[in-house]
Amino acid sequence: MDVVSLSRLQFALTSAFHFIFVPLTLGLSVLVAAMEVRYVRTQNELYLRMTKFWGKLFLINFSLGVVTGITLEFQFGMNWAEYSRYVGDIFGAPLAIEASVAFFLESVFIGVWIFGWNKISKKAHALAICLVAFATNLSGLWILLANGWMQHPVGYVIRNGRAEMVDFMAMVLNPNGLIKFAHQIVSGYTVASFFILGIAAWHLLRKNEVAFFKASFKFAAVFGLVSTILAGLTGDIHAIEVGKTQPAKLAAMESLWDTRKGAGMYLVQWPDPAHERNQFEFLYMPNLLSLLSTHSLNGEVQGLKAFPKEERPPVTPVFLSFRLMVALGALFGLLAVLAVLLSARDKLEHYPIFLKILVFAIPLPYLANQLGWIVAEMGRQPWIVYGVMKTSDAVSKSISVSQVVFSLIGFVLLYTLLGAVDIYLLVKYARKGPDGDLSSFIKTAKREV
Amino acid sequence: MELQIIWFVLWSVLWAVYFMLDGFVLGSGMLQNFVAKNDTERRIVINTLGPVWDGNEVWLITAGGATFAAFPTTYALMFSYLYTALLLLLFALIVRGVAFEFRGKVDDPRWKSVWDRAILVSSFLPALLFGVAFGNIFKGLPMDGVGYHGGLLSLLNPYGLVTGVLFVMLFLVHGALYLSVKTVGPLKARGAAVASALWIPLLVVAVAFLAFTYPATHLFDNYLAHPALILVPILAVVALFAIKVFLMKGDLLKAFTASCLTILLVVATGVTGLFPNLIPSSLDPQFSLTIYNSSSSPYTLKIMTGVAFIFIPIVIAYKIWVYRIFRAPVTDRDVLDDKQAY
Repeated sequence: MDVVSLSRLQFALTSAFHFIFVPLTLGLSVLVAAMEVRYVRTQNELYLRMTKFWGKLFLINFSLGVVTGITLEFQFGMNWAEYSRYVGDIFGAPLAIEASVAFFLESVFIGVWIFGWNKISKKAHALAICLVAFATNLSGLWILLANGWMQHPVGYVIRNGRAEMVDFMAMVLNPNGLIKFAHQIVSGYTVASFFILGIAAWHLLRKNEVAFFKASFKFAAVFGLVSTILAGLTGDIHAIEVGKTQPAKLAAMESLWDTRKGAGMYLVQWPDPAHERNQFEFLYMPNLLSLLSTHSLNGEVQGLKAFPKEERPPVTPVFLSFRLMVALGALFGLLAVLAVLLSARDKLEHYPIFLKILVFAIPLPYLANQLGWIVAEMGRQPWIVYGVMKTSDAVSKSISVSQVVFSLIGFVLLYTLLGAVDIYLLVKYARKGPDGDLSSFIKTAKREV
Repeated sequence: MELQIIWFVLWSVLWAVYFMLDGFVLGSGMLQNFVAKNDTERRIVINTLGPVWDGNEVWLITAGGATFAAFPTTYALMFSYLYTALLLLLFALIVRGVAFEFRGKVDDPRWKSVWDRAILVSSFLPALLFGVAFGNIFKGLPMDGVGYHGGLLSLLNPYGLVTGVLFVMLFLVHGALYLSVKTVGPLKARGAAVASALWIPLLVVAVAFLAFTYPATHLFDNYLAHPALILVPILAVVALFAIKVFLMKGDLLKAFTASCLTILLVVATGVTGLFPNLIPSSLDPQFSLTIYNSSSSPYTLKIMTGVAFIFIPIVIAYKIWVYRIFRAPVTDRDVLDDKQAY
């Protein structure tokens, strides 16, 4: 493998690993903040216990999200120096703004929140987690504006041998970045909702702390339903945006080879890129593709053949990831509706099979998030900046294959280890339940005496 | 003032503040195994860092981000030329962050001792690597129109290593003083004793660094051209001696403040000599990366200046507020009573 492929593999692995932690942080920060605000408002101890229990899981997840994020900022310079040099004038800005505006706020107030329980007033303490949740989401906005610029570059001119920013507001209001942000945060909220639903279901199946976990369940079910619906709506708007600005990506997502007006859609198909056709296709829905991707029955959808072969993204992984993500999204909608209905009528105990399904559903929204990013990033290929710069031109000139092999092996070993430790700790603390802390605390206190 | 100069100053301030703030975290991390005699004391050390380490590390992220936004060519070449060194730095910072968080999560002495060792190594390595990296930046990197002609081993030249040791010693004294301010009883006494004991070696390394800087770098050129600038290194030396004076008087808070100023002024001394270069070329000055030939466009610099002048003061304001909330020393009661503590 050459430096380009190795660097791509390394960026894909390190960002995918980072993205195991980010969506849960996005959603759980908001949910934990909502719990603590409700505690401050109602003075009901139940919400304090909820804040502490889910907050502990939030923190175990949070720290890995933070430290693996640094890798990505460093890698732009380390592996993609030509890219950084060429687009840094405009692409560096959102990253620097993210650090100074959002990341500081998040990192400082997470410290206040963890260590400030007995040092500041209840209201100030709740404010700290609200600021963390706000900053986490704001952080996502700037990162996705940066990514949105790579997908649909705006507000720049090519001058002095590089892309120079001429319109900051165009970058900030880039529809591609904004809709990606909206779609991403609600997808993160979906991950967090199903995380809570699954763990609560596990405890309800064992009749642990029934009141506590029913309340948590209800909290997450409503939030999860709203998030899932919004994920669908924002996903639909996003697809329209992709069709307008990245037609080759949309064609790959749908494995559509020929440009058509009033394009239909096959519910079951399999791409055959070698012969520029689909190997098989069944269950034709007339006009559906035009309707979904242009919001008009007879809208024109460009096919892959409209693009030179070397400018098409890899069709099969993009197509499969997209289909699977959409299918998962539909499943989440169904599960969330059931979760809301059953918890509202207090009938969860009567459907242990549903609770079991929810336990096994915990990883699925994570998977959907990863698949979405495979669509976004592989679908952008062969471009690193769509239509402006090819990925193969973006890699650092000074690094060697052996350096990247060494770093790649290092990342795989370190991340595997950390991922295993993190999952071990999450499972350990999730199983312990809200009073797990207390019993282990009493144990240590006794030992000290 | 020219935008590039404003950004050179901001760039320097971000690095200086980062070293001042993370310096005591790295220093305390290196000392944790030696000054703390049992698990409770170790937890106290980590809990003095708990509320602040993450926020301190963001100064590094911001320094990196600011380099990217304001001097993209420097960012691109510096990070790709120093690939392997930065990789090791990154691994160390990742391990340190999770070590603080994970150490207390399993109540088992073996588990804890693994993370204690991880904290030691992952605190020492960044301190050394930052020093080596900055030593080599002061000295200049072997780069020309073709590219970079160095590697990881060429960074470990005598001057780079002296700067590395200087950073390690600065952070050790800084960390020891931080612990002496933030703890009580025997830990406090040990922190102060370590700071006293390490001060002489620090002085020796600092003298060696200054003496070596003359033949190894061009940093003195600016001082020779503008003799008034010599005030900066003089103040650095004054601050360094002030640490010892306050230590002897037993005024630990003032000694720690002097140590903060020492670090800020050491960085100021280096960058004053560096200006207007960001990374000089050791082969031919025409290939040096300066604030003029590697900066962003005036438009981008203007936008970023606006962002920096609005948000950096806000950040400083809430950071001061947070340091005030957590100003009291951490005691054994704090770590034993607080279930959320590390």
